[in-house]
Amino acid sequence: MSAGASAAIFVPRDSGALSLGADSVAAAIAAEAARRGVAVKLVRNGSRGLYWLEPMIEVEIAGERLAYGPVGSADVPSLFEAGFLSAAPGGHPLALGAAGKIPYLARQHRIVFARAGVTDPLSVDDYLAHGGFHGLKRALEMPGAAIVDEVVRANLRGRGGAAFPAGVKWKTTLDQPDQTKYVVCNADEGDSGTFADRMLMEGDPLLLIEGMTIAGLAVGAAQGFIYLRSEYPHALRVLTAAIAAAESRGYLGKNVRGTGRGFALDVVVGAGAYICGEETAMLESLEGKRGMVRYKPPVPAVAGLFGRPTVVNNVLTFASVPAIVEHGGDAYNQLGAGRSRGTIPLQLAGNVARPGLIEVPFGLSLRELIYDFGGGTRSGRPLRAVQVGGPLGAYFPAAMLDLKIDYEALAEAGGLLGHGGVVVFDDTVDLAAMARYAMEFCAIESCGKCTPCRIGSTRGVELLDRVLRDRAAAGADLDLLRELCDTLAAGSLCALGGLTPMPVMSALRHFPEDFGLPAPAARP
Amino acid sequence: MDSAETWNKDAVAAIVAALKDAPGALLRILRRVQDDLGWVPPPALPMIAHGLNLSRAEVHGVASFYHDFRHTPPARNVIRLCRAESCQALGAEALARHVRSRLGVGFGGTTADRSFALEAVYCLGNCACSPAGVINGHLLGRLTPEAFDDALESLVRR
Ligand SMILES: Cc1cc2nc3c(=O)[nH]c(=O)nc-3n(C[C@H](O)[C@H](O)[C@H](O)COP(=O)(O)O)c2cc1C
Ligand code: SF4
Ligand code: FES
Repeated sequence: MSAGASAAIFVPRDSGALSLGADSVAAAIAAEAARRGVAVKLVRNGSRGLYWLEPMIEVEIAGERLAYGPVGSADVPSLFEAGFLSAAPGGHPLALGAAGKIPYLARQHRIVFARAGVTDPLSVDDYLAHGGFHGLKRALEMPGAAIVDEVVRANLRGRGGAAFPAGVKWKTTLDQPDQTKYVVCNADEGDSGTFADRMLMEGDPLLLIEGMTIAGLAVGAAQGFIYLRSEYPHALRVLTAAIAAAESRGYLGKNVRGTGRGFALDVVVGAGAYICGEETAMLESLEGKRGMVRYKPPVPAVAGLFGRPTVVNNVLTFASVPAIVEHGGDAYNQLGAGRSRGTIPLQLAGNVARPGLIEVPFGLSLRELIYDFGGGTRSGRPLRAVQVGGPLGAYFPAAMLDLKIDYEALAEAGGLLGHGGVVVFDDTVDLAAMARYAMEFCAIESCGKCTPCRIGSTRGVELLDRVLRDRAAAGADLDLLRELCDTLAAGSLCALGGLTPMPVMSALRHFPEDFGLPAPAARP
Repeated sequence: MDSAETWNKDAVAAIVAALKDAPGALLRILRRVQDDLGWVPPPALPMIAHGLNLSRAEVHGVASFYHDFRHTPPARNVIRLCRAESCQALGAEALARHVRSRLGVGFGGTTADRSFALEAVYCLGNCACSPAGVINGHLLGRLTPEAFDDALESLVRR
């Protein structure tokens, strides 16, 4: 390397990487470089989502990004000693080779996460250099109905959990005669086991901004809100800075790209209530009220925020839109399985060797996800259960891992995909305890509007406490539990009460031995 | 800062004045009060109600609905542990037992000298680095009892 040029070193500023000491690694690199009198350019990127390797740093040499991880600040002198700024020190124990060639990444098909971990999240120039704002440029030349049509043709379904077709919602809002309409991004990401929204907002916030702006152009809304959970303070900092950067470059604000059309964005931070992820409770909260679920109809697309037509979508739904508008809905619709089209960013967590973000077309099996990507359990013990789709999703046994990851396939198996979280458990898990936890979570987070959810969940905790105390005598309590779950499923206004039976009953169905019942016969 | 039951009236008044015309002002005001003061003092609620032209009952209803809003002065150190599924799958319960005995306080509790409060959270979005927790605003991942003790040592406010 010539003495004058300064090597670019990427050290993630993603919350996950920060939670593992990425800031002290960055500080150690700066200090070591200063001590040696070499110039380095530190770039704070997002995470690529290979979390078992975080903090994963990268050095750009001759256009290639060479990765090292997991790096602690104590490893930094040895990296300099090995000459990591000028060549690939093959022998270094933390060397991973070219980042993009790591099989975990190379086997993915990234559309939404194509830039996360690659670029500087706050650099508009970096975003443009990596294909950013192409969708917006196209959208600015299209009538709203044509934009909506691309989203319809893409068959994009909402990634927040309910999988409702985004195009149908957008068309409804477009067709409303009102002058004032809103675009609202649901960034509440309350489902445990999920973190893709956070990664995207921290790693490529301009993509979300671009997607929401396109939505505004499509339906005729000039104001957008991002409802962000309070557990994500770092995402708030990044989003706020990214919005300011986009405004200063004319990609947001009163006059987007000099077209005379305006779109403004505001971030509103929640206050710790899972139910505020439910879209109507979120709208109540955005209006400054208690997060109580509304009766539907009217749907938000007709009468949403402050009674105005409102498009509500998840972070990943909006972030899918720029590529759809740039390349056309038909291209996106080529990918996927069955009625689940496009790619899905899966989040693999729990007891797994290689947890992280895996974006692939729908249709991967749970087994491929957990073993080919995840490397099996982290403990090395046998896998016993997986929970798919967050706290309201089903527990599946190891025998069902050939299930395909698509909305319909999981629904047929008695589960759901939700926001795409998959949590792995080894054979030390107690499914009766997990069922109790599901009931307790419902009791803690219920908005209180429906009696079965408010009172029934507490009753469910009591029942399961009794089961846990004396499993051999659980029979009658389990009958009551089944009845209670029927009541919850039938008598709840929203999916918090309505779907709490899913983790509970799937645990009972697939793991009866944990509830004091005979184990299921061996499967064919 | 004095942790007695005093609170800064002027700060709350300034927050109300700054945010009262924002859409959905009440939640934004309560959020800012919580962030700046560390709690939402109950005697501040009538003041907020007055500033927004809302009934006290309405303001109280919102302030009591959300888990984040504390109604007593904060402890000097706030420790939050994730108790959701991914963290449970990697030993969150054992970690919680360690933390409870180490701090001498259970979830939802504050030590008598107000030096520590322990809170349960249900997912911090750091599930790929489970078990996760937060000490005084610093997110932590891959926590073990030893890693927790080390982090506490460096992040504690005495
Ligand atoms: C209890 C409950 C919690 C929810 N939490 C979230 C959430 O955190 N994020 C989200 O995007 N959607 C969540 N949803 C789904 C939303 O109600 C809504 O379907 C979604 O925001 C629509 O956006 P989409 O179509 O792009 O998915 C939740 C639903 C329920 C019933
Ligand atoms: S099911 Fe529960 S959370 Fe949903 S509206 Fe009814 S009480 Fe509220
Ligand atoms: S489940 Fe603990 S951080 Fe998500």
